Amino acid sequence: MVSIRQNVFPDVLPDFRNLGVIARVLVAVNALALAGSLFAATDLWQALERFLRAAAFLEPLLLAELVALFALSPWLARLSYWTGYALIVLLTTLLAAGYHAAVLGIAAVGVGEVSRTMVTCALVGAGLLAYFRLLTKAYSPALAEARLQALQARIRPHFLFNSLNAVLALIRRDPRRAERSLEDLSDLFRTLMSEPRQFVRLAEEIALLERYSELEQLRLGERLRITWELDAAPLDALLPPLVLQPLLENAVYHGVEPGTATGDVLVQIERRGDRVFACIENPYLEAELGRAGNRIALENIRERLALFFDAEARIDTHAANGRYRVEIEMPYRASTP
Amino acid sequence: MRIFIADDEAPARERLKELLGDIAGEVETSVVGEAQNGLEALERVPASGAQVLLLDIKMPGMGGLEVARHLAALEHAPSVVFVTAHDRHAVEAFEVNALDYLLKPVRAARLADALRKAAAAAAPGREQLARAAAGAREYLSVVERHRIVLVPVRDILFLRAEQKYVTVRTREREHLIEESLIALEREFTGRFVRIHRNCLVARSAIRGFERAAGADDDPHWLVLLEGAAERLPVSRRQWPMLRELVAEKP
Repeated sequence: MVSIRQNVFPDVLPDFRNLGVIARVLVAVNALALAGSLFAATDLWQALERFLRAAAFLEPLLLAELVALFALSPWLARLSYWTGYALIVLLTTLLAAGYHAAVLGIAAVGVGEVSRTMVTCALVGAGLLAYFRLLTKAYSPALAEARLQALQARIRPHFLFNSLNAVLALIRRDPRRAERSLEDLSDLFRTLMSEPRQFVRLAEEIALLERYSELEQLRLGERLRITWELDAAPLDALLPPLVLQPLLENAVYHGVEPGTATGDVLVQIERRGDRVFACIENPYLEAELGRAGNRIALENIRERLALFFDAEARIDTHAANGRYRVEIEMPYRASTP
Repeated sequence: MRIFIADDEAPARERLKELLGDIAGEVETSVVGEAQNGLEALERVPASGAQVLLLDIKMPGMGGLEVARHLAALEHAPSVVFVTAHDRHAVEAFEVNALDYLLKPVRAARLADALRKAAAAAAPGREQLARAAAGAREYLSVVERHRIVLVPVRDILFLRAEQKYVTVRTREREHLIEESLIALEREFTGRFVRIHRNCLVARSAIRGFERAAGADDDPHWLVLLEGAAERLPVSRRQWPMLRELVAEKP
């Protein structure tokens, strides 16, 4: 198990284009500056003054470093972890030295002071990178576990046995459709039982939605009516696996199955600029109020989206006018073919 | 043997009919009716003359267990074989209460066994079914000749015991049912509150209280109802608890 996890989750440099990473760097560096000022000062007032002075010096440098890393991020990501690590430390240190010399003039401050800036910067940079490495390490088992948990929470035995029962009913009357249904069922389970992967293409997730809906259609017949709005879906977008299928399953389980009337489900996926937007909507049945099952899947997806996209993805639910709606928005990242 | 099939999924009903055909050599059966949800089953079973009911547990509108509870009041209630794909709670409850059930996908041999057993056995009793149920019913039922009339529990204003019957009062009308007030109180705690030895009132139907007019030296209170003109006397014993309830009510 351990070796598998190591293969699946190798060390990766932080993504410097991610808002969460940028925010963490900003907060950490300023917190360090504040701590340093507090340590050096004799009273709080003086500490504040020192901090403000340090910040005035620090902030432009910090922003310049972040911009440089933002620009180089895709290139850095292609290097091996430790090469990238060394390069980042070197780059930031050199930038700091250059900045210090340019602002104050090398003649005015002397080599000693510049080298002090460089050492401080190198230490802080290396420290931050180590922190990010620990952060991914800490999350990786959680990721694998969350994935597993998703799997278990998601395959409702109820769905499996009812689907098998429906296929059995087809075998004599419509052997071809029975064959297709078993193929759908095996595709669905192959995905559910596959090796954990970081990302899948949206096209794959949509194929999964279609397989799943075929099976539900077989069982529920005209009680289930799904409207697909996928014309503007970016098929090459990357997303964590099993983000949409559990939502469709919830929609059917809570919004269609318990009702006697026809249940209309809407699946809508589209690209909006550099964001991917997905929405699944189903009838909101009074009988289903206060059922807890739905929350588990939602929390699981929320957690995995946060792991993959940090603060840049969101998942919201709305209940209004007899409809229940789940919306997901995440950054558009194209897969390289 | 006359069989009635109730399942919300058409393929599941088809499958059961296929299997009944397969076992025709061992157990001779004819399907006298089908229903695709619980309410439909209650409507059709009484007049169908069915002897055995194959009843899916998870159906929209009303689940199989509640269907069986209402049918149990019929004079010639059919035997019941429950069918479920997966319901751990229900299966445990069936085991404990000696109710017969089949798991989907159903095997022909198991179906034949269950039918033979059901033919010999009486319909499951009301208490037996009530013990197996996970929660309260959504309806109370009254048998009128060969028809089952359902009264949604949420429409009930109050329940009053009179001799061996309980009067069920809704906004529109009254029904008589043969159940015990104590059992009803236990089943629907939270929805109804006891105001008197012989009376339970829906909390949501209480509009207010009125002091009994022309009272002598023993004053008592009356419950005013939302949607009905009757005023129901509150017993002295229940009054302190009810007064608190009023205080909570916004």
